[in-house]
Amino acid sequence: MNSQSNFKRELMWALIGLILLSALPYLTSSRTALDFVIRLAAYGVFASSLNILVGYGGMVSFGHAMFFGGGAYAFGLLMQKAGTSIPMAMLGALAFCACIGLIIGAICVRLKEIYFSFLTLAFQMLLYSVILTWTSLTGGDQGLMGGIPRPVFLGINLADNTTLYFFAMILGIVCLLLMRFILQSPYGYTLRMVRDNADRARFLGIDVWRVKLYAFILAACFASIGGVIMTLFVSGAYPDFSYWTMSGEAVFMIMMGGLHVFIGPVVGATLLLLFNDVISRTTEYHGLALGIIVLLFALGFKRGITDFVLQLFNSLTKKRSSP
Amino acid sequence: MDPTALFECLSSLSCVVTQTSTGLIVGTLLFLVAAGLTLIFGVLKIVNFAHGSLYMLGAYFALSAYRVTDNFMLAALAAGLGVGIFGLIFERFIMRRVYNADVLMQLLVCYALVLILDDVVKIIWGAEFQSMGMPTEFQLPPLLVFGGVIPVFYLFLIVAAAIIALGLWYVLTKTRMGKIVRAAAHNPSMTSVLGLNTSLIYAGVFAFGGMLAGLAGGLAAPVRSMSPGMGFSILIESFIVTVIGGMGSVTGALVGALLIGLVRSFGSIGFPLFVEGIMFLSMVLILVLKPSGLFGKEPRT
Repeated sequence: MNSQSNFKRELMWALIGLILLSALPYLTSSRTALDFVIRLAAYGVFASSLNILVGYGGMVSFGHAMFFGGGAYAFGLLMQKAGTSIPMAMLGALAFCACIGLIIGAICVRLKEIYFSFLTLAFQMLLYSVILTWTSLTGGDQGLMGGIPRPVFLGINLADNTTLYFFAMILGIVCLLLMRFILQSPYGYTLRMVRDNADRARFLGIDVWRVKLYAFILAACFASIGGVIMTLFVSGAYPDFSYWTMSGEAVFMIMMGGLHVFIGPVVGATLLLLFNDVISRTTEYHGLALGIIVLLFALGFKRGITDFVLQLFNSLTKKRSSP
Repeated sequence: MDPTALFECLSSLSCVVTQTSTGLIVGTLLFLVAAGLTLIFGVLKIVNFAHGSLYMLGAYFALSAYRVTDNFMLAALAAGLGVGIFGLIFERFIMRRVYNADVLMQLLVCYALVLILDDVVKIIWGAEFQSMGMPTEFQLPPLLVFGGVIPVFYLFLIVAAAIIALGLWYVLTKTRMGKIVRAAAHNPSMTSVLGLNTSLIYAGVFAFGGMLAGLAGGLAAPVRSMSPGMGFSILIESFIVTVIGGMGSVTGALVGALLIGLVRSFGSIGFPLFVEGIMFLSMVLILVLKPSGLFGKEPRT
């Protein structure tokens, strides 16, 4: 197999991204640009984690934000109430989301298509209701107020904005790289086979339920990292993090960027964040403008940008190779 | 959380009557919306995520029509008709294009419509809360039953919804049109082979489902305050209703809607903040134990 050389290529891409993004703070002093990358790290990881389920697993989850919010709240609470160090709180958030991912996933992945979607949606709204109701712990609809403490660890001070930028950016790239490795591994190809033909996979002796469950837990873990980055950035956690609109945005990012190319969701996240920033600066009718863009996308392109580019590229190379 | 309040209410007849009547009107309005949703899903096999916005549109149409005509019946009918026509246009120009696309694309198109309609309503009717007020013909003293208070308008709503439900049942089971719709739901390609225009049936069903949502919005206008975004909570509730009752089953929608309505009105006494939690919990239970819902047919294997 050429997986060895593949990994080298991916590492190279990650390094290029790392170097380019590292140069940004020296090129511009604008906080908006740095903040944009931090938000992109959170949303990019979140959307890519959802794409493990949607694009690679064929499981359309409408409730993925429960892990984004779950990670954010677990991290924030550990920092605020237990006073743990940042790495420990991150591990705690990860473990929390892995656990609820295991339980909820074990129930959900048995269901097919739209029923899976509805069940994930229901679980997400259940978590949302719990967050709203359990005021003494979560602060209810006010969210985790009073700021998240950011104590120095290993000489890293995340209260400093540039340090936070590097931390979020590197964390985001590492997460993306990890997801890529997992999806290019034999497990990743098993997941694709289950998506394409679950019966055939079953005949080959693959435990379909287990493969899907692992994907669900993996996606939950990475989504929680996205939530942690967001919590560090806004220094708080809000019920909206696990509201259906958050899941909706992630789905939209995937659709806009393209779900058949690994980096598609990140491209989609970049586009949506840009749209949001530009639109809310120019007009108060944010929904109208965004809705029209979405509609044009859905009816015009009928697929994500990266899928579109890939198809164009494929058709060009095919023409050249076979006259 | 205050379970004692709930027990106190359950032990007093007047409170039970009041809460039941509130629960019933929540349920009947929910039924109208959910019936359209479930009908559209049953026939077109798409989940209309924009259904709540059609309900919202109905409420605002009724508001404007009532201000012009000063006649509530006319306003409610105008709301139903107007939203029906809007649904027809939406189906013909947009929805039709994504029937064969995957569910994500359909979701996205509906999501776009929700965003657009919310803002359009904001532009036309304003962002602030609006209310129609009780129409003059219903400004009567409420009925007292066992000490419980039932406004006359509630009775009207329940009767109106019952008539619509009966009509729906009659059309779907007894008429030729109902037979055609059920055939299209069961096997669309066979239906079109037999020379029936399925594309037209789809458009008709979508418009009809929209009309029911618009009618519900119009009927709800006097008892609900209106604001852009009001469609979302009823959308989520009608999802719960359709899942509990069985997707595609109108009977299921009726039973589910009344159940949810009662849970809402009694739950708001005992555990006001967790009412939604209870609804989602029941949705989870149904999906886990019987994914096809209480009245749904098991999917053919």
